[in-house]
Amino acid sequence: MDSGEPSHQRRTSRKSVAFTDQKIVVDADGSVTMVASPTDEIKETAQSHSARTPPLVAALGAFTDAPQATDAQDAAAPAADDGLDLSLMKKKKKKVKKEEDADADAADEAAPAESDGAIDLTMKKKKKKKAAKEDDEFAKKLEALNLEGKEGEEATPQEDEQDGDWEQGTGIWAHDETKTITYNPLLSRFFALLSQKNPDHASTGTRSYKIPPPQCLREGNKKTIFANLPEICKRMKRADEHVTSYLFAELGTSGSVDGSRRLVIKGRFQQKQIENVLRTYIIEYVTCKTCRSPNTELSKGENRLYFITCNSCGSRRSVQAIKTGFSAQVGKRRKMQG
Amino acid sequence: MSIENLKTYDPFAEADEEDSGQTKQTQEYIHIRIQQRNGRKTLTTVQGIPKKFDAKKILKVAKKEFACNGTIIGDEDSKMGDVIQLQGDQRAKIKDFLTNKDEGLGLDAKTIKVHGF
Repeated sequence: MDSGEPSHQRRTSRKSVAFTDQKIVVDADGSVTMVASPTDEIKETAQSHSARTPPLVAALGAFTDAPQATDAQDAAAPAADDGLDLSLMKKKKKKVKKEEDADADAADEAAPAESDGAIDLTMKKKKKKKAAKEDDEFAKKLEALNLEGKEGEEATPQEDEQDGDWEQGTGIWAHDETKTITYNPLLSRFFALLSQKNPDHASTGTRSYKIPPPQCLREGNKKTIFANLPEICKRMKRADEHVTSYLFAELGTSGSVDGSRRLVIKGRFQQKQIENVLRTYIIEYVTCKTCRSPNTELSKGENRLYFITCNSCGSRRSVQAIKTGFSAQVGKRRKMQG
Repeated sequence: MSIENLKTYDPFAEADEEDSGQTKQTQEYIHIRIQQRNGRKTLTTVQGIPKKFDAKKILKVAKKEFACNGTIIGDEDSKMGDVIQLQGDQRAKIKDFLTNKDEGLGLDAKTIKVHGF
């Protein structure tokens, strides 16, 4: 996604299915190529190699697929974990200490029968002392942890030596500085530079599956024309009828196909709404649940069940048939019987 | 010591039980759908609410809370059970209500499927 409208990009950024403005070329044999991005797969893998910054990785969680785990990702994850762990520990520690304080205070209150003011004073003092103590302890633990963490690396006595602004080239980042720079600052610098130079990577970090945006026209007042349905279906390698029936079931309407294979849907629908439905369709009926590849085939297996076969990992799963479910009587009154 | 072969057991009993358990799991979904009416009006239908809840009472609360009208449509086919139909787009609200543990029914969000755009 290079030059789509900004708003469009932002909205679809978190979704796994993106609607691209790039033109796609559908060959006669059904193979689909993107014009603006000539080698689609290579680009995708490149994205997955580089763009997964630690927060993104954390956010993606379940979505990251094991075989695709890259070196950069592996390296990034532990760094993020460290930071998280530390902060968590800090919080937990403090809470626990406070509880202990409260206990101790309660004991104090019980033992010496003093006036309220005095007790208050002691409480305050105690808390301060304890807090200070705890800070010391925590600092010590932090140091220990740091030491532990850097066992494998070169000897790095203190962290505060590794300061300086790499943007201005001060401290350790100075041009004539000869000190060895540790791994973590280098790593953070790398990711900062990466996101700075390629701002669109952060948003499209997931390998997104791109289909052309649905073109919606209004026919009269009550009908919507979905113009490029055949194109989209070809891109997804699905039968038009299947997509159509899904659309109708989800939107709770009916419709027909007109002379030039455009879909006419009853009711007013915006492009955005159709996009949402298509997105759910792709998640349900196109992407492989195991490897998340969109390169799948839908086939009718034995006893009227539909199966999705993945072409890249070979997994096979059954999918639910499209059900319309309940639909209320809208508009004209139901015809009287008899 | 008993002879294993001579034990009497019904070979179909267990399988039946398992089957029913499976179908229960697959059919337990609650479907929340939306339908367009004329103009910018819509209908929300909730289908498949478990039998242990009283649809009438749910409707009553929903009507009051969402400030909308609604009905219960009992299907003659008895295939879909009672369907609660609310006026307007109440999908998010009814989902919240169904999943809310304190004020709602406290159902599992995984069993609810929201359809539509």
